[in-house]
Amino acid sequence: MTGVPPGEPMTVTAGPAGTAAACAAEARGVAEPPPKGGHGEAGLLLQVRGLSTDFAMKKGTVHAVIDVSFSVREGEVLAIVGESGSGKSVAALSVLGLLQPPGRCVAGEVLYKGRDLLKLPKGEMRDIRGNHISMIFQEPMTSLNPVFTIEDQLTESIRLHLKLDRRAAVKRAVEMLRLVGIPSPEKRIKDYPHQMSGGMRQRVMTAMALSCDPDLLIADEPTTALDVTIQAQILALISDLRDKIGMAVILITHDLGVVAETADRVIVMYCGQVVEEATTEQLFERPLHPYTLGLLRSIPTMEDTEATEPLYMIRGMVPNPLHLPRGCAFAPRCDRRRARCAAEQPALIEVEGRKLRCFLFEPGCNQAATALSPESAQAGGAVRRADSEVAP
Amino acid sequence: MLKFIIKRVLMVIPVMIGVSIIVFSLMRVFSPDPAPIVLGQHATQEAITTWRMANGLDKPVVVQYLTYLWGALQGDLGVSYFSKASVAKEIGARFPATIELAIAAIIFASIFGILLGVVAAVKKNSIFDAAGSLIALVGVSIPIFWLGILLIMFFSGFLHLLPSGGRINVLLEPARVTGFYMVDAVIAGDWAALKDALLHLVLPSLALGMYSMAIITRMTRSSMLESLGQEYVRTARAKGLREIKVVGKHALRNSLIPVTTVIGLQFGALLGGALLTESVFSWPGIGKFTVDSILKSDFPVVQGIVLLVALIFVTVNLVADLVYAYLDPRIKYASKKEG
Amino acid sequence: MSKWDSPVAPGTPPEPASEGLVADETMALGELLPDGSIPEFDETLHEKPENQWLEMWRSLKANRAALVSLIFIAFLALLAVIGPYITPYNPIETNMANALKPPSAQHWFGTDQLGMDIFSRVIAGTRVSLTVGLLAVSIALTVGIILGAVAGYAGGWVDTVIMRVMDMMLSVPSILLAITLMAALGKGIDKAVVAIGLVSIPEYARIVRGSILSIKENDYVAAAHVVGLSDSRIILRHVLPNALSVIIVRATLGISSAVLDTAALGFLGLGVQPPQAEWGDMLGRARGFIFQAPHTLLFPGMAITATVLAFNLLGDGLRDALDPKARIK
Repeated sequence: MTGVPPGEPMTVTAGPAGTAAACAAEARGVAEPPPKGGHGEAGLLLQVRGLSTDFAMKKGTVHAVIDVSFSVREGEVLAIVGESGSGKSVAALSVLGLLQPPGRCVAGEVLYKGRDLLKLPKGEMRDIRGNHISMIFQEPMTSLNPVFTIEDQLTESIRLHLKLDRRAAVKRAVEMLRLVGIPSPEKRIKDYPHQMSGGMRQRVMTAMALSCDPDLLIADEPTTALDVTIQAQILALISDLRDKIGMAVILITHDLGVVAETADRVIVMYCGQVVEEATTEQLFERPLHPYTLGLLRSIPTMEDTEATEPLYMIRGMVPNPLHLPRGCAFAPRCDRRRARCAAEQPALIEVEGRKLRCFLFEPGCNQAATALSPESAQAGGAVRRADSEVAP
Repeated sequence: MLKFIIKRVLMVIPVMIGVSIIVFSLMRVFSPDPAPIVLGQHATQEAITTWRMANGLDKPVVVQYLTYLWGALQGDLGVSYFSKASVAKEIGARFPATIELAIAAIIFASIFGILLGVVAAVKKNSIFDAAGSLIALVGVSIPIFWLGILLIMFFSGFLHLLPSGGRINVLLEPARVTGFYMVDAVIAGDWAALKDALLHLVLPSLALGMYSMAIITRMTRSSMLESLGQEYVRTARAKGLREIKVVGKHALRNSLIPVTTVIGLQFGALLGGALLTESVFSWPGIGKFTVDSILKSDFPVVQGIVLLVALIFVTVNLVADLVYAYLDPRIKYASKKEG
Repeated sequence: MSKWDSPVAPGTPPEPASEGLVADETMALGELLPDGSIPEFDETLHEKPENQWLEMWRSLKANRAALVSLIFIAFLALLAVIGPYITPYNPIETNMANALKPPSAQHWFGTDQLGMDIFSRVIAGTRVSLTVGLLAVSIALTVGIILGAVAGYAGGWVDTVIMRVMDMMLSVPSILLAITLMAALGKGIDKAVVAIGLVSIPEYARIVRGSILSIKENDYVAAAHVVGLSDSRIILRHVLPNALSVIIVRATLGISSAVLDTAALGFLGLGVQPPQAEWGDMLGRARGFIFQAPHTLLFPGMAITATVLAFNLLGDGLRDALDPKARIK
């Protein structure tokens, strides 16, 4: 909240009282914005601050992204995790300025190498897209244009950004296809998307996104629509290419398994807000936020195959985005909610070097003891699973 | 692709035979006897019998049909009861005028329909969208003949800008080669004739094309809106392409696929509308000829015209299907694999 | 029952919120809420599907153009019924001395080439156009529904034959087909009704067949079969009501094209026979006076356009009301 520059509208309504706000300020610990044109903090590639995105619908305004801040360092893989509708894709689209009406960024800044992308003129923004920052989408079936050949679609951005002539662009496109592991790329480049399998198409998408050597790749659920084996291949490909090219990656997913394998750092989003941010290690060893805990426990593990109990499910449903709860958005589904959770919005606070949006971990609430140790997380899971029969 | 074409061409045959059966039975079975109309109310029974025999009407209907079909396959559509001239020749003399008008109308309708539709979709909910919707709505609601009358009132009567009817100033008529004045004038190198023929063509093609333009606008708008919401459009934007290329290449190419089918269908509808337009603009095509022939029960002429129009309609739709397949590689290659 | 009350299975470690912590938490955050104090999920997400017709009406009411059209159509219907009693002049009374007079206080729309009052004739024409529109659509609907239902339900060669014939009818422009039919049937407004009705059969047959094919596989139809209902009963009770909304939209738009076709036949001199008033016929007969007396051509044309426009707007409104997807667009 404090990341919102003065004068910008605050989209978060009831903020918690003094202590919480102070906590939030401390937690954020963000320095003043770097001078324009500079490169910000050392190694800092992208800094999103207080980003809020609204969708003005007929029935009301949906706050799809609420005061979201995060940063990506050079060469880092940042995962954004959340259920569908949590605002993670919208946040990514906002970063690239790809939101279509009725979606609109209402607050915040997106600093890329110190330049605010949200304020960039259209022409300069086009130069960023596909060149400095590129994106892969969830559906490889529909993300490629069915009526143009792979060659046509692949050379389009190469010719645009790298200013190559046709022949050189085709050569580069073939190289890219080879890089992403498409067999006999000279031939396949003449294909139309429908002549390829889903995995191949996602490889083509990846090749397209990487063709101009971007500094940052935003992968929006790149494997969701694919078979499990293909998923692993694509993820391995992205990791591999990250190492080769040295780009940073924002990986958007709802699949924590994917996160564990690929990411350096994780942001958990719920109802448009960041509820937890931690390194991958921290998160998997000690999930703090009840929502993160719930997400982790709903992953089937090897032991579960033997278990007779049904898999843990976070009870209830994601609230209607038009009528978010007054207090903590997760409160209605939370096992540990208190009266205050329903009445006030928790702020993002810093706990043990990670960020968290939950009253349970505010100072004076004995958060260290409340946090789950890895063993108790597992064991607690077992207990909850036994209980979950009573949950809807 | 070849197999697809052959398959589609072969499908034309049963349709044409069906249409010919329908028209033939309408004319010969349900229509009033033409003899008294042709020969006059007071013709003797003997004269009527002779006339019927001469025109083959005494034979069983099935035999009549087969005879007619056999002739039609060889390009012989029979002889008009009234002018005694060959139906093929009678139609041939008037048909280029109608086709010229219909082509002009469909070109007008396609260009403006697609343009309006695209602008309306891209600038959705703007003043352009509202204007496009209004034009589309009025276009489908206004009777062709009344629109023609209004156009004449305004552009000929009020502004004195354009001729109110006819195909060309008689004095300028180019030497007949194809029957299409545009083509004939160019062949003759007669630019005055070309200009005059073009001026005569403006109002009728506007009146005739308005309905189709409205339909094409609606279709383009909705299919364009659909394309613009597709993920490949987002991909194109994510590449950093200019909006004009995103819309004009990625979205438009996909949107045009269903629009081609609509254009094909509209061309057929235009041939029907031409009957009315020609009547308003004294256009010397088959329109008035058709109405007159129907009123006079001139069977061979009516049959010939309906068959010809159906054939054109079916052929145009065939071409539209082929263009569709050409535009959509999913069909092109699917059928390639088949064959 | 609250999760927190459930007994902890022996041998499993205790829940994370163990005894010692509760006091702390309670101090900071208040009492632990029992289940049910906060709704499990937002009810508004799960609006119950309301009565389809009620929903449709509500949506139609919100569409101002459609609503105005509906009112206008009601007004036209009223004119069609009482028109002949309220016309200021006898619509078929000629008065050659008073021919081609421009609009005036006596003759609001002026007079035509025979001196007949155009205002009275336009009103009288309402009845013809609406009647022909309704009757033609009724014919097309009845025959189209039967053919489409039979084709869709029977399938096989019956389907093939019916739909091929429909395709053939569609391969001749409808106005040409209608004129050809008029030649066989003879001139006259009654013949025009039949001709216009017959040529629009294929549209309805296609819609009904399509709906039936898509609904045929549904569970409730299968269930009805199992219960032992006859085919015709299944079609009437289960399949048609589901296709009804689409048919209503199509029929509304169908009336507009029937009105247009009636006017076209009238314009060509194939519709009503003089001196009866019909809008298309009025235009056709006054055509020669286009520069001399434009008013003779203005008002009947406006009447046709307004009527057709109203039915089109209503049809569009109904379609949007029935199809939430189209509404979003």
